[in-house]
Amino acid sequence: MIKYAFKRLLQSLLTLFIVVSFVFLLMRLLPIEGYFGDRFQKMSPGEVEAGLQKMGLLDPWYAQLGKFYAGLAKGDLGVSFIYRRDVAVTKIIAPRIPYSMGFGLTAVAIAMISGLAMGVGMAKNKGLFPDKLGTLYIVFVHAVPLAVYLLFVQLYGSSLLGLPILFDKHRPVSWILPGISMSLNGIAFYAMWMRRYMVDELNKDYIKLARAKGLPNGAIMVKHVMRNAYVPLAQYLPAAILATIGGSIYIESLYSIPGMGGLLVDVIQRQDNSMVQALVLIFSSVGIIGLFLGDLLMALFDPRIKLVKSEGAR
Amino acid sequence: MKAPDQAATLAADAALFEFADYDAGEGERGGYSNYSYWKSTTKMFLAKKTSLFFLVLLGALLFFTFVQPFVPGQRSPTTIFQDPATGMQFRNVTPGAQFWFGTNSIGQDLWSRIWSGTRTSLLIGLTVGLAEMLIGIAFGAVWGYVRRLDRVMTEIYNVLDNIPTTVLLMLLAYIMRPSFKTMVFAMCAVGWLGLARFVRNQIVIIRDREYNLASRCLGTPARRIVLRNILPYLVSVIMLQTALSIPGTIGWEVFLTYIGLGLPVQIPSLGNLVNEGRMIMMSPELRYQLIFPTVITSLITISFYVLGNSFSDASDPRNHV
Repeated sequence: MIKYAFKRLLQSLLTLFIVVSFVFLLMRLLPIEGYFGDRFQKMSPGEVEAGLQKMGLLDPWYAQLGKFYAGLAKGDLGVSFIYRRDVAVTKIIAPRIPYSMGFGLTAVAIAMISGLAMGVGMAKNKGLFPDKLGTLYIVFVHAVPLAVYLLFVQLYGSSLLGLPILFDKHRPVSWILPGISMSLNGIAFYAMWMRRYMVDELNKDYIKLARAKGLPNGAIMVKHVMRNAYVPLAQYLPAAILATIGGSIYIESLYSIPGMGGLLVDVIQRQDNSMVQALVLIFSSVGIIGLFLGDLLMALFDPRIKLVKSEGAR
Repeated sequence: MKAPDQAATLAADAALFEFADYDAGEGERGGYSNYSYWKSTTKMFLAKKTSLFFLVLLGALLFFTFVQPFVPGQRSPTTIFQDPATGMQFRNVTPGAQFWFGTNSIGQDLWSRIWSGTRTSLLIGLTVGLAEMLIGIAFGAVWGYVRRLDRVMTEIYNVLDNIPTTVLLMLLAYIMRPSFKTMVFAMCAVGWLGLARFVRNQIVIIRDREYNLASRCLGTPARRIVLRNILPYLVSVIMLQTALSIPGTIGWEVFLTYIGLGLPVQIPSLGNLVNEGRMIMMSPELRYQLIFPTVITSLITISFYVLGNSFSDASDPRNHV
């Protein structure tokens, strides 16, 4: 187990390194006006070059990459160019993470609980009305673009239920709509997979045996079916929890929540390259770490995994 | 020594035997009924009422979208209309006889804008869907079939797959500046991964099945094995992925537009229309400007989603007969 974890950790670090370097090099292609903001219009080509030189952007790419990693080791992600000039990126980001994580974790909890309950309900009533209703919801969430239905939740949630349309940290009522909108997608995800895994499990021989030996239906469901069906879903949990750091791009900007996702949209619109770079790097690393923890959790959860994974098979 | 004997018998009975001519029709007779893959697929597909309904709906929508500019009496989607009496622009005219879907905040005809926007978005969707299919199949086939390249290609896949789709998409759109080409390129760059991985896994599984082994022993070139023996096996999933990538692409287009990396505002597209509608959604009497584009967007995406799923069920030969 420890050997597997260690191997997987090294592999993840390598992938992380390659991804971060790749994204960093991709960033060298960002539009150059993004380093100057409004001043760019009035600058002569000479001034632009001098400015880029000063920022070290004309150095060869490996020198820039080395400098970036040296800064990263000290926890320094550079300074913002436009968004808040010359303020360290880390200082801008730090106060925003709690908002994103707060909403994110609530949404994960809501999605998990109601999604799993919905999936179980659908699997139990397969082919009947609750199953059909649930399928309708899942198709709707998958097929209609996120931007569209979130907009309608905001629009009609606020006008019909009288809830505030924008986020206000001193009014807890205004937290309801963003919290719910954020979990809609997750509910569909968990319900769909829980239903499918449970239906698969229910057709297996050991369930027939359990029935034959007279185990009550409830006990079969709880002890056998749900436990086995949940294992593949547990894999996504760490990634989902970590991803809350990034927040939701749509919801945060719709409700103007001062979180990370809204920040990304802001800095892209204002073309602040160093901020875009820092955020993109954070988002990608969070994703990779999440996958790593998910695999690890799977190995802990399910004793069968260890034997299979030893060859690094995918 | 029996041989001379036999020869003698054969010679003696030669009159009893005669050569038959080759008859192609007779050769076919022994085969399995008159099963046709595509016929069964079509039959299965049309048997369900929902899929028939969405097929007709989507067909009508697509047909009208591409025919609309040739229908007489249509307005240009980008002209700003003015009231001839007052010289004022027709701003925010509610839906009525003159403007069927009303006008937007600067006096453009919403009806023709919606069809023009649908055209743009569908064009992006179809281009991206097709390109993703080709790239995904080609990459996946090479990845699965050529063992020496497996490691390298797996690494390439891992790196691209580990960058969140949203981030990669935004980054590409940001670097290349908004335009139709950027949009198509960025979405192709992120969209083919899933299909490539699926094709690869399937090829690894069926590459060494007996029938392929036999085929290889008979000297069939690798290209033919992949194209003729393996890919037909994957048709249903490939079709499903392609059908789903079209609504996916439209969704991403709306998303990119929303965060300010979409097509330039001069080009009507579903993303731009939804976004324009979003800005004025606070006043209830103007909400038609948001509702019309979103209804069309939803109809198209739901149709593709449902049709893709039912087609993939129907095209799976295990569900036939």
